[in-house]
Amino acid sequence: MDWLFFSEIGLAGIGTGGLYAVAGLAFVLIYKATRVVNMAMGELLMAGAYIFIGFSAGLALPVWISIPLTILATGLLGGVIERTIIRPMLGENAISIFMVTIGLGSVLVGLVEIFWGADPHRLVDFIPSDPIFIGEAYLSPKVGYGFAVAAVIIGLFLVVFRTWRGGVALRATAGDQAAAYSMGINVPKVFSLVWVIAAMIAAIGGILVGSIGGVSPSMGVYGLSVLVVVIIGGLDSLLGALIAGIFVGLIETYAGAYLGGEYKMLATFSLLVLILVVRPYGLFGTHEIERL
Amino acid sequence: MQTTEVSNLKAPPSPQAAERDILSVEGLSLSFGGVKALQHVSFNVKEGSVTSVIGPNGAGKTSLFNSISGFYTPNEGNVNFLGKNVNKVAPPDRAEMGMARTFQNIALFKGMTVLDNIKLGRHAHLKTNLLEALCYFGPARRTEEALRKEVEERIIDFLEIDHIRNSSVASLSYGLQKRVELARALAMQPKILLLDEPVAGMNREETEDMARFILDVKEEWGVTVLMVEHDMGLVMDISDHVVCINFGQVITEGLPHDVQAHPDVISAYLGSGDVATLRKKFKAGR
Repeated sequence: MDWLFFSEIGLAGIGTGGLYAVAGLAFVLIYKATRVVNMAMGELLMAGAYIFIGFSAGLALPVWISIPLTILATGLLGGVIERTIIRPMLGENAISIFMVTIGLGSVLVGLVEIFWGADPHRLVDFIPSDPIFIGEAYLSPKVGYGFAVAAVIIGLFLVVFRTWRGGVALRATAGDQAAAYSMGINVPKVFSLVWVIAAMIAAIGGILVGSIGGVSPSMGVYGLSVLVVVIIGGLDSLLGALIAGIFVGLIETYAGAYLGGEYKMLATFSLLVLILVVRPYGLFGTHEIERL
Repeated sequence: MQTTEVSNLKAPPSPQAAERDILSVEGLSLSFGGVKALQHVSFNVKEGSVTSVIGPNGAGKTSLFNSISGFYTPNEGNVNFLGKNVNKVAPPDRAEMGMARTFQNIALFKGMTVLDNIKLGRHAHLKTNLLEALCYFGPARRTEEALRKEVEERIIDFLEIDHIRNSSVASLSYGLQKRVELARALAMQPKILLLDEPVAGMNREETEDMARFILDVKEEWGVTVLMVEHDMGLVMDISDHVVCINFGQVITEGLPHDVQAHPDVISAYLGSGDVATLRKKFKAGR
């Protein structure tokens, strides 16, 4: 067994996992607060990456201006989606809202293809390309920096979520909407805010994922892996998304390296089935206890 | 009819003169499709009183409550709170004006402890911004400490829930959960407290405790109480004013014993004849 190779693959897996965790965070945030299973998460990531192309290549703005602009624009997109598509569905059957988000995904793909065509694009190279060595193990700089950014985003988010009053409002809304509403928490505003924040996180994820593997309108398939991550972690657990993200990233990369690329998806989905059999509510999800 | 006696409690003296109305409902109508849940409901709640809304199941009591707290938008009529028309005011803003409510089916934040649940009641009144909260410095620290002190000294001691303050609410008995819900509503520093069936499903002892708390809330805290309740013993013992509704209309209102003796109330509760006769009587317009 080649331990160097093993640890290199492990590092790459953790790097990939960090990106899963970021996307999973956005997903869980929306689910936790609004109980909407957002199937358009991958497409939102893709939209973020394309908006970045629009600013950095289309308008030829410097990268350090394009990134904040992309985050703001995607946040705005998230807010508009919530206001025009999700809000009118409030109180409808969960399956109906789920279907609407699938439709939303297709619409986003269509919009992107109208503006940028269906061919894959490369993002402007802005991540330093000096190789990173941890001990003797080589780590691709893109994955390494991607992971670092992901870790910072997640850490920042957790601190704000715990201390800010908006975070309290969010947790209260997640706990009981009617009670939160009657206690002075503006629940519709929380919903909008959650979509804006989730879209912003998705934009960051999109830029990172896109700069590693390039972007194409079919990038939304990434959302499927993210779905696996959040189901394994427990749909409503932020911590679960983080741990499951790393976990799935590792499994996927190891399967790819030792079994061959075609086994990547097989490995993650087998894991999903296994977890669902053992813990149907995910590793860290809330197991609702009904008092009878 | 339930007849839990709360005999060791003296009914409070009739309301200290007729002061101003803290809440008034004028000609409220609400329908869901063809179902008329409320039809021209009008009544007033005097400041500093305990007012009860009674009526058989499905009479429209909870619809009335939801309209008052802003969860439902009535088709017609006005709700005036503190002399202001609040028809267009959203529930969170009504909460900030001093309207607190509890729910018929307990609505607590299940993953949190009792203390956190209660402290969340103060949310609408806190103004700390993100930066201050992050540093936990200056105003943030002072408000947090003051809040903790008040919650612990006044609310938790008052409601006798000291022993469960750090328990998760999901693990508590029904009666205690109801009490935590009341505590959370009190943390909102309300001017009026809307209680939706505060003693439903409670045993006699718990009911007596709750009756005592409601009276203390009125007398010591000076908070007006409007409640919906089925337990006639409780209603008759602690109310200053009783409003009886059936089929979405006010049948009668007045002092507890007058309402209790009213023939329509008796027939609504005990059913003189069948529902159809009663309905005919209403259609004819009394």
